[in-house]
Amino acid sequence: MNFVLIFLIVIFSSSLFFYGKSKTKSISIERNIKLNALPKFYGYYLVLWSSIPALVFLLVWSLFEPVIIKSIIIETAANQGAIFNDKNEANLIYEKIKAIHLGTYFGDIDTILKESAISYSKFLNIFTNSKIVLIFVTIIASVIFSLKKIKNNNKAREDVEKILKGLLFVSSLIAILTTLGIIFSLLFESIKFFSVINIFDYLFGTNWSPQRAFIRDASAITAAEYDELRDAFGFVPLIAGTSFIAFIAMFVAVPIGLFSGIYMAEYASSKIRRISKPIIEILAGIPTVVYGFFAALTVGPFFRQIGESIGLTVSSESALAAGLIMGIMIIPYISSLSDDVINSVPQSLRDGSYAVGATKSETIKQVVIPAALPGIIGSVLLAVSRAIGETMIVVMAAGLAANLTINPLESTTTITTQIVMILVGDQEFDSPKTQSAFALGLTLFVATLILNYIAQRAVKKYREKYD
Amino acid sequence: MTKEQRLKKRHAAEKRFRLYGLTSILVALVFVLILVNNIFSKGSSAFMKTVINVEVFFDPELIEIENGAPEENIRESDFYDITIETLLKAYPAKNLDEENELIDLFTTDAEIEIKKAFLENNNLIGKKINLEITASDDIDQLHKGNYPRNLPEDRRRISNFQLKIYDNLLKNNKINKNFNNYFFNNGDSRDPELAGIGGALVGSFYSIIICLLLAFPVAVLASIYLEEFAPKNKITDFIEININNLAAVPSIVYGLLALQILLATIQLPRSTPLVAGITLALMTLPRIIIPCRASLKAVPPSIREGALAVGASKFQSVFHHVVPLSLPGTLSGTIIGLAQALGETAPLILIGMVAFVVDIPSTPIDPSSSLPVQVYLWSESAERGFVEKTSATIMMLLSFLIVMNFIAVYLRQKFEKRWN
Repeated sequence: MNFVLIFLIVIFSSSLFFYGKSKTKSISIERNIKLNALPKFYGYYLVLWSSIPALVFLLVWSLFEPVIIKSIIIETAANQGAIFNDKNEANLIYEKIKAIHLGTYFGDIDTILKESAISYSKFLNIFTNSKIVLIFVTIIASVIFSLKKIKNNNKAREDVEKILKGLLFVSSLIAILTTLGIIFSLLFESIKFFSVINIFDYLFGTNWSPQRAFIRDASAITAAEYDELRDAFGFVPLIAGTSFIAFIAMFVAVPIGLFSGIYMAEYASSKIRRISKPIIEILAGIPTVVYGFFAALTVGPFFRQIGESIGLTVSSESALAAGLIMGIMIIPYISSLSDDVINSVPQSLRDGSYAVGATKSETIKQVVIPAALPGIIGSVLLAVSRAIGETMIVVMAAGLAANLTINPLESTTTITTQIVMILVGDQEFDSPKTQSAFALGLTLFVATLILNYIAQRAVKKYREKYD
Repeated sequence: MTKEQRLKKRHAAEKRFRLYGLTSILVALVFVLILVNNIFSKGSSAFMKTVINVEVFFDPELIEIENGAPEENIRESDFYDITIETLLKAYPAKNLDEENELIDLFTTDAEIEIKKAFLENNNLIGKKINLEITASDDIDQLHKGNYPRNLPEDRRRISNFQLKIYDNLLKNNKINKNFNNYFFNNGDSRDPELAGIGGALVGSFYSIIICLLLAFPVAVLASIYLEEFAPKNKITDFIEININNLAAVPSIVYGLLALQILLATIQLPRSTPLVAGITLALMTLPRIIIPCRASLKAVPPSIREGALAVGASKFQSVFHHVVPLSLPGTLSGTIIGLAQALGETAPLILIGMVAFVVDIPSTPIDPSSSLPVQVYLWSESAERGFVEKTSATIMMLLSFLIVMNFIAVYLRQKFEKRWN
């Protein structure tokens, strides 16, 4: 339906292009006046005016229509005597009504449902018809308005450019809308979560076992259940596991990445650079699910085998395997950023160092790196934020159980793993378990935001220093 | 310490330092090699499948239809008895257990394969034909050498009797390897020998197309605005900071966003390429805007000034001159962004693309999987046959990524103007 409408609007408004063009030509001949713009701009003017208001209207309407119809239907069903205790049951009934309307429901149909389905199709009809009428009115109104403008010989090019500029601005606002969407969707569920679980219990609790908290109705639980609930959402093991794996990753990535960055920037001939730089950057282009597969099926069992042969118990989902592979994934982030940073250290600093007799490595260690340090730290921080936000490697290769440990051979879990585990499969909205995933997401979002902010500030400050 | 000794020491330190750098690069390179080698050696066998040559006799007694029957009737009719008869003829089995073990050597879709052979010809009643029937996963893995046969029987998935049949078939040249058409044509399946990436390919294709249609125009328009028109003020600064931050937000957060806004609030259908495409578009948008802006910035001001000098408006100078010149950089940035989106897994898992979908989606609002999610799903399966399937899927995914990156590099090198 909507596609047909969009298609019709587009066809209609593009045909107006030719009308506008020829109309203004004839006006200029008739009245013997000079047009204020080329005739084609009058055509564009009509096209924009006839399509944009109608399309915007259609978009807004389609966003709100399902929500409004749903609330109307649930209310009428309740008036007719349908009983539902909470939102989930209401949703279920609404889905049933929809399925009856579409003819895809094969269960028992009682009179309430039947009546509701009839009123559903009635409302759907009303809404569709009024949508078509209103779009029609919008188009007519905007076409009349723009035709009047054209007949008065407006400055069409400038007007068209103004509209397009508005369009450009709106496109750039989508980034802000996305951010707002992220913040609201995370906050909305997190607030619900923190209304059940005290934020301090969450931040400082040392026990994470959300599977215990599968409680249907969070408002009517007993004190004992509540204590258990409070105890189930402790964030400490997750942040410990996350930082631990990120630490292992950094332990691998920082030396390798930094040294390759230094080598590329200071030693490598342009030929070696040309070959090895893209190959290292392949590492950044490989999907993380591939690393996860490699860590889980090759590296994990390999470590386990080695451990067995020297008499150590190594979990097949060890933090070591996940951290090592994650570290390798991160190498290119550190190497190419520190390569850039080192390259932008002014040559005069190096020349000064050589002039007093330092070798190349001494120059690098004592002059170049200290000069580039803020930038290098920035790149490491960016890499850390990648590491804590990385999902697939840890989901596939690190464990699921949250245990507080600093033994890299045991399994630990991370924030991202828990988000995936909680939200995969059957989920009940409005249970603290599901909401806890959003609280974890919010924590993750805030943490990466802070890290990125500091890192970007550091890199920017550093750049300004030598520009 | 004398002067010479000190110098020697310093030069040794210099050499060591250089070696560290070289070693680090080599470590990274070696890892790329190990990874690629590991995936290819595991995955290449998945492009072939093991088939067993059997003789099918379309016994008129066992079948209800006649030669030249309409296609619908054939599709609906029962080929079960013929299938069982055929499979049992492959080797003499003495009792029911042995018969079951014999039948287990073949794929569960043997009946469909026989029916298909009949459909192709349609006058085979009373005739005998030789047909190659897909072997079960266990035999497939055994034949490819991925399965150790020297374990004790109770730790093997293949019984001694089945091994005997296999050896006998092998001796009589009844076992062959064919191109694995199922891997490309089928959707997901619980049986590794029938599982394919057809559904995941189509799902990924739809998702990426939707992502392209949404992200590309918005990203180009936004970067044109920010680079060419935006006044230097607080709002512009805010938008810029926002875009930089969004590019660094972990992808799983976009999954949560999609779950809450697209699925729970707007109620778009779960597990569909439509939702996946929108989610990936939101995620890719800032990652495309950044290279787009860079390529607009690389167009020298003289181009704009030249256009303005001959009387073009600001808009005309941008859209007629600057944007076409920046197009190679814009396009290659977009393709690289899309390549990243193609490999993205975590947000798609959250929007329910992990559902077990057998059918190949025909529209973007059918439930579906996608290539990286299929990798995740199969890597969690216990059957040995899925290991090679997973690796082969990764091979497909990586080759798409390589092609996309190659196109991006080519576009840039071939069409981009250098200004200095």
